Amino acid sequence: MLKRTKGEKIFAVINVIFLTGLALVCLLPIWNLLAVSLSAKNYVQANMVSLAPLGFTTSNYHYMLHESSFWEAFIVSAKRVFLGVAVNLLFTICAAYPLSKRKDQFGARGFYAAFFLIPMVFTGGLIPTYLVVSNVGLIDSIWALVLPEALEMYYVLLMMNFFRGIPGEIEEAALVDGASWLTTLVKVYLPLSLPSLATITLYALVHHWNAYFDGMIYINNTHNYPLMTYLRSVIEGFDTSDIRPDEIAADPILAQLTGRSVKAAGIILCTVPMAVIYPFLQKFFVHGLTVGSVKG
Amino acid sequence: MAQAQIRSRKIPLSKRFRKDIPFHIMILPAVVMVFIFKYLPLGGLVIAFQDYSPIFKLTEQEWIGWGNFEYIFSLPQFWGVIKNTIWIASMKIVGDMVVPVLFALLLTEVRKKTYKSTLQTVVFLPHFISWVALAGIFSEILSIDSGIVNKAITVLGGQPVYFLGDPKVFPYTLLFTAIWKHFGWNAIVYLAAITNVDSSLYEAAYLDGANRFKQVWHVTIPCILPMIILMSVLGIGNILKAGFEQVFNMYSPQVYSTGDIIDTFVYRLGLVNFQFGTASAVGLFQSAVSFVLIMLGYWLADRVAGYRVF
Repeated sequence: MLKRTKGEKIFAVINVIFLTGLALVCLLPIWNLLAVSLSAKNYVQANMVSLAPLGFTTSNYHYMLHESSFWEAFIVSAKRVFLGVAVNLLFTICAAYPLSKRKDQFGARGFYAAFFLIPMVFTGGLIPTYLVVSNVGLIDSIWALVLPEALEMYYVLLMMNFFRGIPGEIEEAALVDGASWLTTLVKVYLPLSLPSLATITLYALVHHWNAYFDGMIYINNTHNYPLMTYLRSVIEGFDTSDIRPDEIAADPILAQLTGRSVKAAGIILCTVPMAVIYPFLQKFFVHGLTVGSVKG
Repeated sequence: MAQAQIRSRKIPLSKRFRKDIPFHIMILPAVVMVFIFKYLPLGGLVIAFQDYSPIFKLTEQEWIGWGNFEYIFSLPQFWGVIKNTIWIASMKIVGDMVVPVLFALLLTEVRKKTYKSTLQTVVFLPHFISWVALAGIFSEILSIDSGIVNKAITVLGGQPVYFLGDPKVFPYTLLFTAIWKHFGWNAIVYLAAITNVDSSLYEAAYLDGANRFKQVWHVTIPCILPMIILMSVLGIGNILKAGFEQVFNMYSPQVYSTGDIIDTFVYRLGLVNFQFGTASAVGLFQSAVSFVLIMLGYWLADRVAGYRVF
């Protein structure tokens, strides 16, 4: 380690203070929201809540967690994430493996590469895509949220580059022993590709959990909304007058809610799953981003 | 006849095809999906040249040539939208490069490993929150009368700012919130590039009497410059895409004059007002310009940084 001068030491201290401040800037908005979601009505309406909850209450969460539409949306999202990630992984592997071969191993590689690359730079756009999805008969089906994005080219590039980094000798040994391409893929390539598969899984997970727009345009029945589409409708439209009198009769505390706190609780509830998962996968996605190609 | 001739001449190719059959089968599902959901919409762009009405079949639509394009180009609103898009997108391209690079440089100077990775975890957080949730968060904290940010501004003696409702301020609100969401994430590639710098270069610079700042200026930055250039030229293709997810969730009619971008305009034109033909014409125009810019970006990336997508 090189020796540090006095000036450099001072800089190091200022640097740490600055970066800590920056991290706080990333954290405080969510912190503030959390405080609002846990505060009583009179404090929220008087704009007194900043970083600590005032008049601590969990009734906003009670209300959200007793909404059947919240759970309907939650289940749709869970299904969507499960199907979506599985489909993404399957299609990515099946496309990336042949594309990772050399031209003498797979003659049509160049053709397929071009076939997949063209839609990356030239797209039909919103309206024609919407018309195709509706003509294929996917409106109001969960597959409308899964199939149009079945093949994400960025994942394929990442996977392909990873496959290429695996030494060819391993594959040759397997082939000489009489293994087929498929066996080689399943028994040799996939076990070696776990970091890359974890990266893609995280990307697909986050994408499917956070997507709302396809739910908004392809799903007409609000009972089939995925979570983020539902959250959007809550943020845009929730009003305390939406709480039914019979609900208030059953639980008088509901009369004490404010729209702002309920929305805050909804946002926190919908955000928590991803916020809890990503730190555990950090090692993988940081690695995946740097080993794979550059995000285009 | 002619076909038979071609086929007979290409026997080697069909043989090769047979050898490759497992690969063709493996890739087929992906090809089908891309064909249906990417190529069919490309074909569907023909409705940009039609007076499209959803009650008729595609083949029964009335063709109106460049009519839709003449119509949109004559809309003063359209050129405003183009201007907004380019302005917001260019600010974001610059901000999304400068801030992550600075952050990566500063983070590299932190010596304590645990502190470094904790810091990184925290700044990644906004990246994992959807724009729907973030729009809710921002409307809470940036609100003019109840938001914590304006409360802080008033305490410090300033005038409250209408971040989400003032057309003059709104583009900058978009810029700062976008940088806020992505800078930690975007720094990953630069951090990796900095880690890859040959450490003997620093030692040589140190022996030549360079202090830490000079080492960064003369060693680190030149070494990561190719990566910076690469990310910027690849960003060129996004100049007509100012971030639909963000704008759509954060804008409101009062900031349309400066905050409406092509994608939101297309959405309202097509899926709210059901002018499918006109909206597709706008989309096609955007696609065509983006296509040229993306190709330009890839070409520059290849020429300047030696980077190829495939």
